[in-house]
Amino acid sequence: MQIRFWGTRGSLPAPLTAADVRAKLVAALTEVQGRSLETPAAVEAFVAGLPLSIRGTFGGDSSCVELIDGENTNHVLCDMGSGARRYGVEMLRRHGPDNPQTYHVFMSHTHWDHIMGFPMFPPAYLPGNRIIIHGCHAEIAGAFHRQHGAPSFPVEFSQLQAAIEFVVLKPDTTTEIAGYQVTPLLQRHSGDSYGYRFEKNGKCVVYSTDSEHRTEQSEEAERFARFFNNADLVIFDAMYSLAEATSVKEDWGHSSNVIGVELCQMANAKRLCLFHHEPTYSDSQIEDVLHKTRRLEEITRAETPLEIITAYDGLTVTL
Amino acid sequence: MEIGVEDRGNVLVLKVSGRIDHLNASAFHEALTPHLSHCSADGTPIVLDLSGLDYISSAGLRIFMIVAKQANARGGRIAVAQMQPLVREIFEISHFHLVYEIFASTDDALAAISSTTTTTA
Repeated sequence: MQIRFWGTRGSLPAPLTAADVRAKLVAALTEVQGRSLETPAAVEAFVAGLPLSIRGTFGGDSSCVELIDGENTNHVLCDMGSGARRYGVEMLRRHGPDNPQTYHVFMSHTHWDHIMGFPMFPPAYLPGNRIIIHGCHAEIAGAFHRQHGAPSFPVEFSQLQAAIEFVVLKPDTTTEIAGYQVTPLLQRHSGDSYGYRFEKNGKCVVYSTDSEHRTEQSEEAERFARFFNNADLVIFDAMYSLAEATSVKEDWGHSSNVIGVELCQMANAKRLCLFHHEPTYSDSQIEDVLHKTRRLEEITRAETPLEIITAYDGLTVTL
Repeated sequence: MEIGVEDRGNVLVLKVSGRIDHLNASAFHEALTPHLSHCSADGTPIVLDLSGLDYISSAGLRIFMIVAKQANARGGRIAVAQMQPLVREIFEISHFHLVYEIFASTDDALAAISSTTTTTA
């Protein structure tokens, strides 16, 4: 199983500015410091050795994550944030317009940053494609319909040519969908959100974003530890520092890197992926959060290490 | 987790020891609450001596946040002192060093708190 990240920002897309790119160039050239970069290979090796915050970017698209399974002809996606646009373009490039595809989409919830990519999702405009949107909110179809048509968008939902279906799932109930055993879980977020546990062929990935945690309520902490139990990868909302999440941004419906580490340690998960990055954070700030989270894991480790990674647009993780 | 109480003149020193995690965070809050009622602008400042605290989780830090808010709401002053290196690092990674005044020793905290009546954190 592979996981590909198409959008990793929280709340709002956050594209780089010209000043951001210039700062990266200055930082990279500063790192040269007398090195000999006389061949293309030397340049490539030098760039590859730079931190991602300098040689690239964590990206600016909002939530969209793909599950890839070699055995499966159906496409599986979590959330339809702005990253869904590039994903849809890539699907068209790969499969062509005359080769109908089936897409299964699992929605954490229908806040704007998680549905905004759908009007720009090219497969929705092509007859023959089938798009099945799964979620636990009874009003999920209405949320998708509402963002199409005047005054928000020039194309009415009824004009979309793909066959689009909405399926309401039941939390805490495991269902086989597109070859995966899928279990949704209710999460603390304004209007509710749902995490999804996907299992197949002995591998497990949990997608848990837009979820605030009250770990002082031991029953709640243990509920999530069971949900994350032995997962190969937990994709976790780490938008704020713990101090922010428990003070000025309390009840904003998001979590922190610290709680991600604790729950994954309780769950004996193998890998934690920090996700739903705060849109005001620079690349270097996201990288700093990653380093501090790795340090936290190191100093609080019991026995089995927990690998810590951070999501960026374009990242592929193989389980 | 245990809390020892020491009256140091006009400052209350609460010595916290053991571990605080999701299993005992509520008990920690309940144990602290009676002492907070006097932590006000014209009341008794508090120093939390953390020399005996071996570990604190997010659940325990949330209680620290609640306590800071409660003290601030009354204009009271509360500080932490003598953290073990691991706890200090957890505080910093969690950005709680931006919430609390941190002192290397309880005596340093007492001197600072006794020398001024301004509220912080």
